[in-house]
Amino acid sequence: MERAAIIGVGWYGLRPTTPEVSFREMVFEAATRAYEDAGIDPRQDVDAFLSAQEDFWEGIAIADEFAPEPLGGVLRPTVTVAGDGLQALANAVMLVQTGFFDIVVVEAHGKPSDIASLGEIYEFALDPIHHRPVKPAHPLFMMAFDAQAYMMRTGADPSHLALVAAENRARGLRNPRASYAAKISVDEVLEAETIMDPLTRYDIAGYVDAAIVLVVARESVAKKLSDKPVFIDGIGYATETGTGTLEWHSWGRMPSMRVAAMTAYAQAGIGDPLSSTDFAEVEDRASHYQLIALEELGLAPEDQAHKLYERGEYELDGYYPVNPSGGSLAMGVALEATGLVRLLEAVLQLRGEAGGHQLDGVERAIVASWRGPPTTTSMVAVLSGPEMGF
Amino acid sequence: MSGESGKPKTPLPGTYLKRDEYMKLPGLIKYKPVARYLFSAGQAQSRFLHGLKEGKILGVMCPSCGRVYVPPRAYCEYCHTPTSEWVELPGTGTIHTAVVSYIATDRSRLEEPEIVGVIRLDAPGYKEDQYEFAGLFHKICGVTPEQVMDGSAIGMRVKPRWKPAEERTGSVTDIECFEPVEG
Ligand SMILES: [Zn+2]
Repeated sequence: MERAAIIGVGWYGLRPTTPEVSFREMVFEAATRAYEDAGIDPRQDVDAFLSAQEDFWEGIAIADEFAPEPLGGVLRPTVTVAGDGLQALANAVMLVQTGFFDIVVVEAHGKPSDIASLGEIYEFALDPIHHRPVKPAHPLFMMAFDAQAYMMRTGADPSHLALVAAENRARGLRNPRASYAAKISVDEVLEAETIMDPLTRYDIAGYVDAAIVLVVARESVAKKLSDKPVFIDGIGYATETGTGTLEWHSWGRMPSMRVAAMTAYAQAGIGDPLSSTDFAEVEDRASHYQLIALEELGLAPEDQAHKLYERGEYELDGYYPVNPSGGSLAMGVALEATGLVRLLEAVLQLRGEAGGHQLDGVERAIVASWRGPPTTTSMVAVLSGPEMGF
Repeated sequence: MSGESGKPKTPLPGTYLKRDEYMKLPGLIKYKPVARYLFSAGQAQSRFLHGLKEGKILGVMCPSCGRVYVPPRAYCEYCHTPTSEWVELPGTGTIHTAVVSYIATDRSRLEEPEIVGVIRLDAPGYKEDQYEFAGLFHKICGVTPEQVMDGSAIGMRVKPRWKPAEERTGSVTDIECFEPVEG
């Protein structure tokens, strides 16, 4: 079975507001860049299109109907995945591996600046029978549940979370896509206003509008069309229970990410991810998730992520660089496009095109993302760069 | 299903519940979502809406295939190229399709039936075909339900009935409806 490879990437936005474009125009801009990057004509060369979106983020019921046109997919096979863009990518990989599809396009976008009642949409995602009637002040409380449980289990304290927040935001200063980059100290993070104890405003990522488009090709086709294909060696995703999601969830852990990682590692033939890969772009829409993700991904021993982090093991020149892009804390959360924003960063690193935050000699990467509160859905991909493919 | 009183003609066995009794049963959870948005119309649609405020119907042409888009798009969905040249349409057109609706969204009976349709707009120089044309969906006035039902409304020449300039806001409702061209 042939592997799938990414031969084109395009992005637009990654800014807190994009009033100059409609969501359709944002997707068109990203698509145009991806097709130029891959050197393909979407009206001739693409066998299927996949879009990741969710109706209440869009503000349009059955928003799938709007997916084809900005991608060049009108009257062509197009389908929507109601999930993160990485889930759509996993479906694209499967389509390619059937052997019937040479080139598949994947799109995800988020335009949170168009949503005037973002908190209420999160509330609407809660269980209607068990959770909504309780009327929690803000549905992001669950991120703080995870933070508290994580600290109790591991012995980490708020300064460890603040260290992640300060470092990721500072790393973003070298990344032109990082709207929330900032030079702030650990103390400034700790002393900032508390949003949901123990998380301060700097511990929680902001929102950005973004569209990401990928061109995915079958290995043999990719090698003909591109001199810098990035191969998807493995990709997995999983969701925990829906009913009782707050009651049954192991707070301070991400079982769905562990399962997604095992799937992706098995496909990629990876035993030890630390020695088999060179860096990772991992979930950090609140600072503690980066530490939790490191443990779930097998990149840190149980309960030890914060200690290794403190020792500088995950710095850009450390033993295993994590989030060279600055992560979501620096680049923001783009709703269902968040996973592909992180994947974009990994692709650029593997191609040697990351610019100011380029790592030296990286050949293999892990991308791990969560679909965000109140979901228990995570996705993990293992990518290898052009040199590894030949 | 039911008679004029709303009750079955032949009473069914069992205990009848009043509406408020029914709504109080455990197992029924009422919820009204708060979903509010501020849609960015974007480059193409914004320019179109500005045009409406000035009493103009603007279209945009694809430089590659020559299609004129109304409602406008920033891109040609057939060529996947940016659209570029803006054209002002005369506003006149013909009724492409129309229907008479007797019910509202909640299926309640309308006092006056409503006629809506798709107007195929005149776009000089654009070679349209059966399926692709510059057009607008809108309400149709000055046409009777009978004219719609017997088919004589189809193909009828129409023009926009504009709101007075001071009442226009840059919305598709700056056009009240499309009405027959006199004479
Ligand atoms: Zn065209």
